[in-house]
Amino acid sequence: MVITKLLDHLGKYLILMGSAFSKPEKTSMYYREVIRQMHDIGVGSLIIVFIISLFIGAVTAIQFAYQLDGTLVPDYYIGYVVRDMTIIELAPTITCLVLAGKVGSNMASEIGGMRQKEHIDAMEIMGVNTAAYLIMPKVLAAVIIIPILVAIAAFVSIGGGYIAAVPTGLLSGQEFVMGLRSFFIPYNVFMMFVKSLVFAFLLTSISCYQGYNVKGGSIELGKASTNAVVISDIMILLADYLIAVVLI
Amino acid sequence: MIKISGIYKSFGDTPVLKNISADFQPGKTNLIIGRSGAGKTVLLKLLVGLIPPNEGQIFYDQVDFLHIKKKDLRTLRMKVGMLFQGSALFDSLTVEENIRFPLDMFTAMTKKEKSDRVNTCLNRVSLDGINAKFPSELSGGMQKRVGIARAIVLNPSYLFCDEPNSGLDPKTSLVIDELIKDITIENNMTTIINTHDMNSVMEVGDNVILLHEGKICWQGNKDEIMSSDNEILHDFIFASPFLQRLRHAAVSNGFDI
Repeated sequence: MVITKLLDHLGKYLILMGSAFSKPEKTSMYYREVIRQMHDIGVGSLIIVFIISLFIGAVTAIQFAYQLDGTLVPDYYIGYVVRDMTIIELAPTITCLVLAGKVGSNMASEIGGMRQKEHIDAMEIMGVNTAAYLIMPKVLAAVIIIPILVAIAAFVSIGGGYIAAVPTGLLSGQEFVMGLRSFFIPYNVFMMFVKSLVFAFLLTSISCYQGYNVKGGSIELGKASTNAVVISDIMILLADYLIAVVLI
Repeated sequence: MIKISGIYKSFGDTPVLKNISADFQPGKTNLIIGRSGAGKTVLLKLLVGLIPPNEGQIFYDQVDFLHIKKKDLRTLRMKVGMLFQGSALFDSLTVEENIRFPLDMFTAMTKKEKSDRVNTCLNRVSLDGINAKFPSELSGGMQKRVGIARAIVLNPSYLFCDEPNSGLDPKTSLVIDELIKDITIENNMTTIINTHDMNSVMEVGDNVILLHEGKICWQGNKDEIMSSDNEILHDFIFASPFLQRLRHAAVSNGFDI
């Protein structure tokens, strides 16, 4: 029963994505919408991404320094670990989990609200491909802007590690920078961008699917918004695991 | 002209529409009336293609609406305007942007041409100068009129109105009714209104279809309503105690109602 339901949702999701990525009625309208969404997702999420990344970098540095205490591992490894933890895992995954909560729930509510107020019906009757007009710009905007947010998060997180470790005397600034420059593998940055692209697609498409299929009233809209976050988070973590298996 | 034949629609095991056939003439206001739950909204949604019927056919001027090609469907959609019960104006857009939306999406008009067309439509619904306002700043009646302006901006051949008078006072309802009727005649549109407002029926009902338990139980025009001996129709018209008293008084004074 559960499997049938899951397959039913998967089928509907794929059909919706199929119509969402069909030829736009008018490119300029979609372009404008992509720019608006990029602004909403990017600028609107900058502060929360900044704060979370700063603390995650700081906590990583302090935790690792605590682990190293009394061992023969050199202190500059703190910079190295902060860098790699941030690039490979924390920046893409934590940023996208947070964005699933902020951006994903917002998209599900926005589209769900439009469904309830008959805005989607109105567009359908005009002849607009609503799946394409409402979903494609959001997904496109997200896959463009979220990798940039993740890159910013990576820089801020490393900065957070520096702020937490250097002024408090856990290691010197020179050692931290030395750690940052040690054993650098550019492929990890590629992996970070692959993850952020996949996560961006998942969190926006799942949230839009939840909003687009809202039936009922405000309770159902709330449920759709919650489902958007919960399912996006689960799928992000599952994709994180699969990408790790495939790319490493 | 819109023609439907043998329309059957059920939700699960519950039949809502049973073998509905009717013609809706151009240049006339066609009304679908009936009690709540009679299937009016379902029929309207079927007609505009928001839900598919289980059986039956829908023709828009000889074009089979249920088996139309995707490309042709879009062309046909551009000939359809709809006024929703709740107006369905996009909250985040101004009145001008709302009315301009179909023009932006489907036409290659210049900015000036679009602006002129928007102003013409706003003028037609007597709402000049409210271009910059948001829907939340308008009264219910004004929202309906903006909804009408948006529905007619592409010069449609078919206009659908879902409960255009719901939530409006009798005077504003009259304004909306007259507006719809005038626009229908001016543009020779096929207008279909779903309503249970008897004032509308008596004002603009060129072709009235009474739905009862998913079937058409009476069809005629506003002038034939009073002379009809259909009991369901009379029960529907004189449902309010006030009208019943009025009818009783008229009959007891020798008038035949």
